[in-house]
Amino acid sequence: MTHASFFAGRELIDEEFKTLPDEHIATRPAIHFDGGQPRCNRCNNTTNFASHPCARCGNICTYCRNCIEMGKISSCTTLYTWIGPPPEHHENAGTLHWTGTLSAGQKTASSNVERAICHSSEHLVWAVAGAGKTEVLFQGIASALFAGKRVCIAAPRSDVVRELAPRLTTVFPDTPPAVLYGGSPDRNTYSPLVIATTHQLYRFYHAFDVLIVDEVDAYPYTFDRSLQFAVQKARKPESALIYLTATPHAEWQSEVKKGKREATLIPARYHRHPLPVPKTEWCGNWKKTNVPKNVLLWVKTKVEEGQRLLIFYSHIDTMEKALPLFKEIDLRIESVHAADPLRKEKVAAMRRQEIPVLLSTTILERGVTFPGIDVAVIGAEDAVFTESALVQLAGRAGRSADYPTGEILFFHYGKTDAMMKAIRQINEMNRLGIERGLIDR
Amino acid sequence: MKLCLLCENETEIESWLPFFGAKAPRLCPKCLEKLVKITGPSCRLCSRPMEESGICSDCEGWGESVFVSNQSLYVYNEAMQSIIARFKYRGDYVLASIFADDVRRMTLAAACDLICAVPLPPTRLAERRFNQSEALIEAAGLAHVSLISRSESDKQSKKSRMERVNATQTFYPIGDAAGKSVLVIDDIYTTGATIRLVAKALMEAGASSVKSITIARSGS
Ligand SMILES: [Zn+2]
Ligand SMILES: [Zn+2]
Ligand SMILES: [Zn+2]
Ligand SMILES: [Zn+2]
Repeated sequence: MTHASFFAGRELIDEEFKTLPDEHIATRPAIHFDGGQPRCNRCNNTTNFASHPCARCGNICTYCRNCIEMGKISSCTTLYTWIGPPPEHHENAGTLHWTGTLSAGQKTASSNVERAICHSSEHLVWAVAGAGKTEVLFQGIASALFAGKRVCIAAPRSDVVRELAPRLTTVFPDTPPAVLYGGSPDRNTYSPLVIATTHQLYRFYHAFDVLIVDEVDAYPYTFDRSLQFAVQKARKPESALIYLTATPHAEWQSEVKKGKREATLIPARYHRHPLPVPKTEWCGNWKKTNVPKNVLLWVKTKVEEGQRLLIFYSHIDTMEKALPLFKEIDLRIESVHAADPLRKEKVAAMRRQEIPVLLSTTILERGVTFPGIDVAVIGAEDAVFTESALVQLAGRAGRSADYPTGEILFFHYGKTDAMMKAIRQINEMNRLGIERGLIDR
Repeated sequence: MKLCLLCENETEIESWLPFFGAKAPRLCPKCLEKLVKITGPSCRLCSRPMEESGICSDCEGWGESVFVSNQSLYVYNEAMQSIIARFKYRGDYVLASIFADDVRRMTLAAACDLICAVPLPPTRLAERRFNQSEALIEAAGLAHVSLISRSESDKQSKKSRMERVNATQTFYPIGDAAGKSVLVIDDIYTTGATIRLVAKALMEAGASSVKSITIARSGS
């Protein structure tokens, strides 16, 4: 591996490389002091620091606690970047190996993305769940790679990164992507195409001509300012920034409507059926009952009909209390949450149709698709079920062309604004889909 | 309002407690409850949990020495492993303060003349930027004396139990502890090999007896 391909676009600390090139390297201190106030140059943290007498430099050193998992940064740490010529691309970089066809909605988005990439501008792709947003990127990425540009797709969660990787390897076999997440084997691999968790962007500096941020609405990106900082740090000053989302937050929605934000909306699914619209049903105080009577009845009827279900709970404890009550209907019913050690196995079993009903916290709200399921949310008025979370949950139903309908029920103990806005958003998408001829009736 | 050093959730303290000078805990209740104190019968020499108090088979095998006893605070469970990994290997110095009160209390109870840290080999110290043993002592607001030093050695944590038991001496005396009782404070007690080598070097420095305190007790 050459120095150029090892260092290009990255900003590293001493512990992250073996030898330092004699030339083409720029440095800066890892912690910046502004009137005595520390700021981490890697993660932009300004609040979470500690200090101690440092055996390396002999001073009292301040260190960043926010990004310490990526290797400790102290006030005596130096950051190194490559300022030499970038590595050469493969001669077939940008050759697209894909024979699928785009829907009419995807086509518009694809050419808008390509234009934004060409002009190094910003663009938002607002595509409903099931619209096929990844395919929308192919053409733009191809022309960027062909032009010798470096492209990164960043997603907030490593599952999404791992899921995207094989798809992009298939369509760009001449430039297989470097896939980066905590503990990934590709850590030091150079590729003009990178797929990374947003967290991994901290290690890059002015690296990308095209930065695509998937699931911009998703936790933790929306909540973590330092991650937004990482996006800005990783892209070149002159670069394209593409955002993908199924449900932009309110501020962006209104910017799009007012024409203040460049965006393409794909209001309909690839299979050209309308999005199933959630219904609401009062279920009393579910925190007391864990499984309200009408919920139990609904589940029982569905299970007897052989209908598979995905049921969302806001909190693990309520869900765990509810599970034994559901198991009385069918012992194969399972629950899953973020820290569940059997999470992957349970999701796979659900996919193989071995589990009739899966209870879940909101971890399964995006990404995961099971064909032919109905969806219920218990306690839909809970604060964790924001408008965007509810739209995402609803987006799990009716995904396959063979079973495009699906029922969605918001069981609640008092309707909320978020619930009504989510339903309104879904209806609005269907209306636009019909109006634009993207839905068959 | 204080944030938990581990999960950054808020720590809780009864609102009337600060009146009596109580400080907010460094960990939230959720993180705190994962730490398990060693209670019940244990080995008189090394505080290994046992069926009934006495001297464990390991300690019997060590034979006579100036080393008197070890006291460990917590079980080396998953939560403790991750705290120590973050503290020692990631270098999150401030985590030493979690144990400040414990260390101070046990130091008083041990009633020794001097406190001594376990030195690190020079290259390891530069790598880690601080010595975890010194950090624990400093965080507790205690003073320590340089009585021994350490030459370069292989990485202790990668060695097998057998190799550790037969570890060669890398500690040597540099100070005077003539006739004094010395307390050594460290993060983990595993086989007792390290502390016995430390005790030997302290004896050469003149120490009359050596006790140790560790945050965690690993090994079955
Ligand atoms: Zn930082
Ligand atoms: Zn330093
Ligand atoms: Zn905590
Ligand atoms: Zn013992």
